[in-house]
Amino acid sequence: MKFVDEFRNNEYSKKLVEKLNNISSEKINIMEVCGTHTMAIFRYGIRDVLPPNINLISGPGCPVCVTPQSYIDTAITLSEKKDVIIATFGDMMKVPGKKGSLSVKKAEGADVRIVYSPMDCLQMASQNPCKKIVFLSVGFETTAPMAAITIMEAKKNSISNLFFFTAHKIVPPAMEALVQDKELKIDGFLLPGHVCAIIGTKPYEFLSEDYYIPGVVTGFEPLDILQGLNTLVRLISKKDYRIENEYKRIVKAEGNPIALEYLNSVFNIVDSSWRGIGRIPNSGLEFNSKYEDFDALKHFKINYEEYDGSPGCKCGEILKGKIKPTDCPLFKKLCSPENPVGSCMVSSEGTCAAYYRYHKETK
Amino acid sequence: MSDKITLSHGSGGVQTNKLINEVFFKYFNNDILNQMNDAAQIDIDFKKLAFTTDSFVVNPIFFNGGNIGKLAVCGTVNDLAVSGAKPLYLTSAFIIEEGFSIEKLEEIVKSMAEEARIAGVKIVAGDTKVVEKGNVDGIYINTSGIGEIYENVNINCANARPGDVIIVNGTLGDHGMTIMCERNKLGLEGNLKSDCASLNSLVDTMLEAYDGIHVIRDATRGGIAAVLNEISEFSNVTIALDENAIPLKEEVKGATEMLGLDPLYIANEGKLCVFVPEAYAQKVLSAMRMHPHGLQAAIIGKVTEEMGQKVYLNTVVGGKRLVDMPSGIQLPRIC
Repeated sequence: MKFVDEFRNNEYSKKLVEKLNNISSEKINIMEVCGTHTMAIFRYGIRDVLPPNINLISGPGCPVCVTPQSYIDTAITLSEKKDVIIATFGDMMKVPGKKGSLSVKKAEGADVRIVYSPMDCLQMASQNPCKKIVFLSVGFETTAPMAAITIMEAKKNSISNLFFFTAHKIVPPAMEALVQDKELKIDGFLLPGHVCAIIGTKPYEFLSEDYYIPGVVTGFEPLDILQGLNTLVRLISKKDYRIENEYKRIVKAEGNPIALEYLNSVFNIVDSSWRGIGRIPNSGLEFNSKYEDFDALKHFKINYEEYDGSPGCKCGEILKGKIKPTDCPLFKKLCSPENPVGSCMVSSEGTCAAYYRYHKETK
Repeated sequence: MSDKITLSHGSGGVQTNKLINEVFFKYFNNDILNQMNDAAQIDIDFKKLAFTTDSFVVNPIFFNGGNIGKLAVCGTVNDLAVSGAKPLYLTSAFIIEEGFSIEKLEEIVKSMAEEARIAGVKIVAGDTKVVEKGNVDGIYINTSGIGEIYENVNINCANARPGDVIIVNGTLGDHGMTIMCERNKLGLEGNLKSDCASLNSLVDTMLEAYDGIHVIRDATRGGIAAVLNEISEFSNVTIALDENAIPLKEEVKGATEMLGLDPLYIANEGKLCVFVPEAYAQKVLSAMRMHPHGLQAAIIGKVTEEMGQKVYLNTVVGGKRLVDMPSGIQLPRIC
């Protein structure tokens, strides 16, 4: 892979920081929606070089973090069933449920396997004809198209031992819920580059049109983030309410029409519960009737009710950007990556995990 | 501690240390073990010996750059070498799954012999056990090794001092990313190749350049991050790394980026880090660069005058971040 070093150039980043210092001296609150942005910001120490008037708030863009506890409990119930193989992305392994995590269940003998793509499940299903494969299908618009392609392939090839337990979420409706929250004051958004690569920039235009909040789509390298912040701070200071794209090498205004077509053929948009935030209208994806045979909940006749857990855990307020992880009474005391109380401490994109790993004052 | 062993307990980070402290040290506790060096340093009849053991369970058994047998020899040789010892004798024990191909076994053993020849060690004792199909994954190998510690050399992970310069002998993360990509058939293999190599002759070269080297550690499981955190803890010092200076192959950069992993936490099998007083750093570095296993050696940081035990990184954009002890197994992200 090329084009990595080019976006980590020391000299250019200094210039961008200098420019950023001269745009505005007003206090500005910027939310980075995406967990990968949160991690990159910490990993490159970007907060250290920003002028003090710019406050970065981490948003709810971590798929594991926003998946309600009921989901992980149900996944664990499924893992206890005879002849079931749970296939999951690595991030989900350590999320704590009422009865432990999938990682603990695996140690106790459950067949839980990490996959890198939902497509891996097709092979797993054909290699294990006497087993039922359940894929934990979570993630935003970024991962849902792969799940859609996998399920279409499964249907085409009449694979009857592969099931999906879906909790896919859509990002823009959650952002609308955030801007409607009176306690939060967000002046601008760094928009999630990966999600935008699929859905384009149009679904975010409500931010500027209805709420007068500008947004900038940006990538994940340090120069991407600094350039994105430059553009965003300039838009905010000029009260120029627009959605700009600073990640043109990946993101097109219309998104990826092929991926969107896959999504539309497999999923319906439904209301969905976000951990710590609550039910958000039109923010989830569910199989349409054509593919309901692949629905793990229907196949195993599980009556799924959503709920949140983890008493004392402040994940909700952290996911909404109202408090920082360091303000949570459990942080680094009862809650650590070794013994996570909430999923924000587990995922490699979780805000609490980022603070725990990288934040200097927390040591 | 959770009452079951999980994969995290074997990943060389926080949980591994906790398990070692709460189970093994609790019962095995003694002055030599407690030093927690890569090899135990023991005195017998006025001779200082280094003694170590390691087990190898890698999957896939054959990978680009080596196989489980080569790894088993290099791993133990390196643990002796970085303790400032000349590796002399190895033992090897095999646990083999019923049904394993003898041809493959021979290939593994042949490469062990070849690597032992390169490292100048003899494999002097061994053991073979075969278990029923399904009880191990193909083949597991344990090697133990003994070496003679050089006179006037005092290498110990408690010896790092403020002002020390930190050098690595080449690009980081090559082994771990090769294994991860091959194991999971990610199709990213490209030119990824394990760095698996015996480093004893490189260590000899370094000690010839300057025999007062403070610390040498090989950066295996848990990557350079785990090793530096251990040194920081044992020497009670703060370590500052320079992100711009850390040597990484393009392939490793690309693969770690794509999977959301940090190359500082990825395993190496032919990389070491060395702590040298600044005055001798260039001399050691130049000597390393003359050696085939040190061509891309680079200074990646230093021990600062700051108080406390921590490792941090000065980033490419001029910020700072902690490089913490790894926790759990390195899991790729969802999106």
